[in-house]
Amino acid sequence: MNKNLKFECETGNYHTFCPISCVAWLYQKIEDSFFLVIGTKTCGYFLQNALGVMIFAEPRYAMAELEEGDISAQLNDYKELKRLCLKIQQDRNPSVIIWIGTCTTEIIKMDLEGMAPRLEAELNVPIVVARANGLDYAFTQGEDTVLSALVNRCPKSKNKKTLAEKNLVLFGSISQTVATQLDLELKKQGIEIHGWLPDQRYTDLPELNEHTYVCGVNPFLSRTATTLMRRRKCKLIGAPFPIGPDGTRHWIQKICETYSVSCKGLLEREESIWAQLQDYCQIIKGRSIFFMGDNLLEISLARFLIRCGMIVYEIGIPYMDKRFQSAELDLLAKTCLEMNVPIPRIVEKPDNYNQIQRIRELQPDLVITGMGLANPLESRGIHTKWSVEFTFAQIHGFTNARDILELITRPLRRNQHLQKLESIKNFVYESPA
Amino acid sequence: MYAGPAHIGTLRVASSFKNVHAIMHAPLGDDYFNVMRSMLERERDFTPVTASVVDRHVLARGSQEKVVENINRKDQQEKPDLIILTPTCTSSILQEDLQNFVNRASLNTKSDILLADVNHYRVNELQAADRTLHQIVRFYLKKEKQKVTRTEKPSVNILGVFTLGFHNQHDCRELKRLLNDLGIQVNLILPEGASVQTLKNIPKAWLNIVPYREIGLMLAQYLKNEYQMPYISTSPIGLIDTASFIRQLDQKLGAHLDIDVEKYIQYQTRFLSQAAWFSRSIDCQNLTGKKAIVFGDTTHSVALTRILTREMGIRVICAGTYCIHDADWFREQVEGFCDQILITEDHTQVGNMIARLEPSAIFGTQMERHVGKRLDIPCGVISAPIHIQNFPLGYRPFFGYEGANQIADLVYNSFTLGMEDHLLEIFGGHDVKTAITKSLSTNSEFIWSETSLAELQRIPGFVRNRIKRNTEQYARDKNIKEITLEVLYAAKEALTT
Repeated sequence: MNKNLKFECETGNYHTFCPISCVAWLYQKIEDSFFLVIGTKTCGYFLQNALGVMIFAEPRYAMAELEEGDISAQLNDYKELKRLCLKIQQDRNPSVIIWIGTCTTEIIKMDLEGMAPRLEAELNVPIVVARANGLDYAFTQGEDTVLSALVNRCPKSKNKKTLAEKNLVLFGSISQTVATQLDLELKKQGIEIHGWLPDQRYTDLPELNEHTYVCGVNPFLSRTATTLMRRRKCKLIGAPFPIGPDGTRHWIQKICETYSVSCKGLLEREESIWAQLQDYCQIIKGRSIFFMGDNLLEISLARFLIRCGMIVYEIGIPYMDKRFQSAELDLLAKTCLEMNVPIPRIVEKPDNYNQIQRIRELQPDLVITGMGLANPLESRGIHTKWSVEFTFAQIHGFTNARDILELITRPLRRNQHLQKLESIKNFVYESPA
Repeated sequence: MYAGPAHIGTLRVASSFKNVHAIMHAPLGDDYFNVMRSMLERERDFTPVTASVVDRHVLARGSQEKVVENINRKDQQEKPDLIILTPTCTSSILQEDLQNFVNRASLNTKSDILLADVNHYRVNELQAADRTLHQIVRFYLKKEKQKVTRTEKPSVNILGVFTLGFHNQHDCRELKRLLNDLGIQVNLILPEGASVQTLKNIPKAWLNIVPYREIGLMLAQYLKNEYQMPYISTSPIGLIDTASFIRQLDQKLGAHLDIDVEKYIQYQTRFLSQAAWFSRSIDCQNLTGKKAIVFGDTTHSVALTRILTREMGIRVICAGTYCIHDADWFREQVEGFCDQILITEDHTQVGNMIARLEPSAIFGTQMERHVGKRLDIPCGVISAPIHIQNFPLGYRPFFGYEGANQIADLVYNSFTLGMEDHLLEIFGGHDVKTAITKSLSTNSEFIWSETSLAELQRIPGFVRNRIKRNTEQYARDKNIKEITLEVLYAAKEALTT
């Protein structure tokens, strides 16, 4: 672990999405799945408002809304869930039903893990339980809980021949386009991906055993990594994440090293991508940025943006797994050294109130923040970018580095443009007190 | 889901007051309210809501120190007048003694502290908002039990204007204008923009106005019992109800007003508002016999149903509300103004009703707008739940005479325009895209012959689905498998006779 990095921990009073939001992208990724969120009206209200129109597109997810009778154990949980799952099975016939446990099921200690196998046997459809609740996790960690639950459903080996082969399995939910792009990058180095966790279909879950090498594509998958190592004895390739051309290059390099393959033309590929990014890098060079922290992508994004020439004041992050992210953290420290910028403070479980005080003092050029704080900050003349966009945009690999900078520079470009307008300059912002 | 969970109501009331802070006793991620307020209202200020986060440690040891600490901290940071501790579904089942934390915290704070008296499993957003407003006002009136004298000139309080309400800001402005015309002063507007320091002045007003059925009624009743303040709970939406609202004001304050209200109503209805003339103008003849469905909260659903039938001559084939706690009142209000009444919180039930009745237009919430999109039926949004486009920057009241104009526009624009309607029928429609599969019914048990399909294409887009369904229904009844041109015409004849 790099000694130059300093970690702080605050009060944990910060805004983020509830981890049940992971159903929004996971149901689209796993096409034959059905997600059943077992929670209260609060959970339903959040999903309905956060996902907007998707509610009406007959999505493959639903709420099992707990009522007073469920809470006080007047109703039979098992019977209720059976009724619902039977209906789901009849209406949609999914290959898997994923139960998302929430705060409420946690507090009333509803034994979802105990009920699932019984129901699974009765209905003859796999039922996977993931506890994606706000008591334990933040936003993207919801995906982590689902994927780590799916690890246990991966087949040990489909046929005897492949048992001893050093298969490569990548974990993390990314769109099919991005998955194909990463696949092609590795193919160029002569490395074949044997499976994805998750893949397009539940029925295509990859085979896992003690010879399998696994590598993560997202920084928030520490629980999944642990499960892969402990439950399936897989070997984890600890690498920086393929976000930005620098991250992607290191990620490929690390995989190549594991397979004792010498990289071909990788540095040149990275160089050519950087050359394409020059126009955007010019805009942000020397500008400062502040991550308030809510989706765990912060370290990787900060590392990339420092390489682009930005100065990072603070990296807020909900949860910091120093082991899972160690290669990423090392690369961050190294990048700071090479770019000759101070190492940013890394603040775990940040306190939004304190952060706003620091933002007022530091006056960064850009703040990456949640939607609840963006407009108030903008009205005080602080430029912001919504952090959730990084979760939903395609940001992985060489090809998509430009998309990250497109997002990052958008507020700067827009404000540059707007501030030339007389009306904005004089009438919108609060006069500095 | 139409009405949100209880804590949303409490937070809406709390954050509408000036310098009041709400602390939610909730797990991480439950503060989605801040996002909604900041995004929908495009709020420039930080939403005065924070969470006292319930996590594993809290489950193990209780949240005692944490809640007290958070209250004390917020007291020092923001120096609010009042801090409201807000329970959520999670804290409802934890059953911690939150009132005790409030008592303990208030020993060391300058601000007042209240525990919102709402139970997640018993009340919804609207009921909770009603209760919280009542609770806060009662707290401050009890605190300063002093004799208050009425204002010299007639004045009123407006109860129930608050954040994230449907067109509330515009309505409030229109209401103030109306009262100003009548020479009535506005004493206080609650809770939007009010300071809790001024709550002691509530009894100075002669009268309370509760413009929205959903919130404020509980408070108005309390003030009537305790302070002998009469109230008016008619929503001044539509020309007839606005007039009746003004007459009620006159009844209660008339002796002190220098204005002839009947003359005022006459003048406003005939000259200032265009709505009455508009619905009599030749253009609106096309609205004859058109059918509409209305669904929303009680206030807006009732108002629209009555406007459509009484003021515009449109037939309301179904009126409904999701406020099931107030169903009796709703039934009473729309009785005789619609063919049937639908009371449900289930949006699929509403969707099915719309699909079955096939109205020419829907007036509902965003949910119904989405149903309308799928069925190709136009929809005017008249009630929460709403999206960001229902927080218009321009002036769009629903209240009073300007409101009547706005509603007339909304209704008229929702129906296919008269001449366009006519021309489409004559020339067989202008959209030639293949849209015959765009229906909710997924059955494909029928074989359409090429000629009948071509004929179907010639039918205007906005009725095509209905004709298709009717024909298939006819074929099903007659046990016909293949739909030829003859069958299509036969079905049409069978329907018209």
